[in-house]
Amino acid sequence: MSASATAGNLPVPKAKVGSMEKQRRMALWASYIALTFFVIIFLIPPFYMIITSLKTSAEISAQAGNPWIVQNPTFDNYWELMTNAAFQRYFINSVWVTAVTVTLSMTIAILAAFSLSRMGFKGSQVLSTGVFLTYLVPPSLLFIPLFQILGWLGLINSTWALVLLFPTLAVPFCTWIMIGYFSSIPKELDEAALIDGASYPQILIQIFIPVALPGIIAATIFAFTVAWGAFLYPLAYLYSADQATLTVGIVRELIKGDVFAWGMIMAACAMAAAPPIIIYTFLMDYYIAGLTAGATKG
Amino acid sequence: MKQLARRRSLAALALCSPLILLIVCLKIYPTFYAVFLSMLDRKMNNFVGFDNFAFMISRPSFQLVIFQSVLFAVTAVILKAFLGFVLAHLMHNIRGRNERVWRGLLLVPWVIPLSLSTLTWWWLFDPSYSAFNWTLNMLGFEDIAFLGTVWNARLSVIAVNVWFGAPFFMIMYLAALKSVPEQLYEAASIDGATAVQRLFFITIPMMRNIILITVLYSLIVTFADFDIVRILTNGGPQDGTHLFATYAFVVGIQSGNIPRGATVSLFMFPILATLAFFVLRDVMKRNKEMA
Repeated sequence: MSASATAGNLPVPKAKVGSMEKQRRMALWASYIALTFFVIIFLIPPFYMIITSLKTSAEISAQAGNPWIVQNPTFDNYWELMTNAAFQRYFINSVWVTAVTVTLSMTIAILAAFSLSRMGFKGSQVLSTGVFLTYLVPPSLLFIPLFQILGWLGLINSTWALVLLFPTLAVPFCTWIMIGYFSSIPKELDEAALIDGASYPQILIQIFIPVALPGIIAATIFAFTVAWGAFLYPLAYLYSADQATLTVGIVRELIKGDVFAWGMIMAACAMAAAPPIIIYTFLMDYYIAGLTAGATKG
Repeated sequence: MKQLARRRSLAALALCSPLILLIVCLKIYPTFYAVFLSMLDRKMNNFVGFDNFAFMISRPSFQLVIFQSVLFAVTAVILKAFLGFVLAHLMHNIRGRNERVWRGLLLVPWVIPLSLSTLTWWWLFDPSYSAFNWTLNMLGFEDIAFLGTVWNARLSVIAVNVWFGAPFFMIMYLAALKSVPEQLYEAASIDGATAVQRLFFITIPMMRNIILITVLYSLIVTFADFDIVRILTNGGPQDGTHLFATYAFVVGIQSGNIPRGATVSLFMFPILATLAFFVLRDVMKRNKEMA
């Protein structure tokens, strides 16, 4: 057998090139098959979320037939939620808390990053390191002392507590991203502007912000994601339904009711997950570039 | 001139002041305050030193929390890192061909807010309506009580975390893979290196730093995870799935024992601080290499 194999391979070097090409094509197809498999696994929960959201409570409780398909698709769950005052309340709370968090975080981060990457002062190096370290402090380490502190401030059960606390989750990483982007802007650019008599605010607004726009988009998406999806802080500090954000409103308030309300719960999840999914669909590249900036440079 | 420099650094400090204020008031101060709180008695009137720590560590239910947190974090991170590594290679193989679409689809788990996708997993695991069990029955298998027994629940919690976190590893590793110069592989191929040799002698050494940073960072986040266990099992069955964060929540917020809750959280601190030290060291090393 080995003799025939060598005999078949030896005389034609051309065949070997062909087999390598073939091998490469095989690898490509194997990759596609494996990726398809993983995509299917990964998309089971969101798929089932949408399927369930289109079912009536009767269909869910009947348990007749395949749960993975909808027999009588209906948008009733979505309509009902949209006209539900409590759900509207959660949505509005989430929107305004997120909007304020993003604005506040980005302002703090851009000012600090500009100062740390360009102006500098005694101890600015220590501060940059400190910023990175605080990014590694998870919310679950501090939520109990913060509970006491919010108590003194009278912010328990107020969405203002989130406006105060969410920036602590977003700002360190946003600052870190912005320092990276600002540092990559050539020094000659702002030196030239300084010689021309530009002030620091002018340099920031007219040079740095436009040039580092991809970084700003990445940091903004990060701040948005953190504020929109946060669960621990709102769960710990907001106990009444009218102050709840979407995540807590859905998990805590919707589940209390009817056992077969899963159609509506899943519709609520789909609606709450829609804004991040839409944002990522369009701006994914910026976000990934910001996230992996260190990895690609190395 | 000197005055100008001083004014400049004063302005620089002023621009950083919101950041400093935020970090000092809402990160550093609460950390020290947590230490103070953990040394008070139940009514928060008397100072009891390290009694709360000694009490917690002697309790079997808390020892279980330590075990579970370590099991959860280590297993989930290893699986995420492995899966992310495989996915990154698959994505790298098909480079250029609809890469964005595939990447987008694989990133969906990571984009949905975790508390909401966990809720969906819970519904998938529901004891009487589980769509997984329906499928298993169709294929001729018995029902599985996904959240019913301690070990099943632990594995389910880990599975949800891997599902959520693997895409993050994939994008980090994919970025690292793309930065490995193609010539290295060409040279190795000419020298007759096998695929396995190329993996162990080129890919992994070149990605070493990013693998380390990603794993360490993920260990921190996974250790401190709250959402999945809180929603999926709420620590049950028989307290078999509690992590530091969920246990601290039950003790500190729900039962109102603030000092003990702070104590539970603080047990995470030495672990997280050690990990953070290594992350910082690697990031610094990396920055120096780049500069």
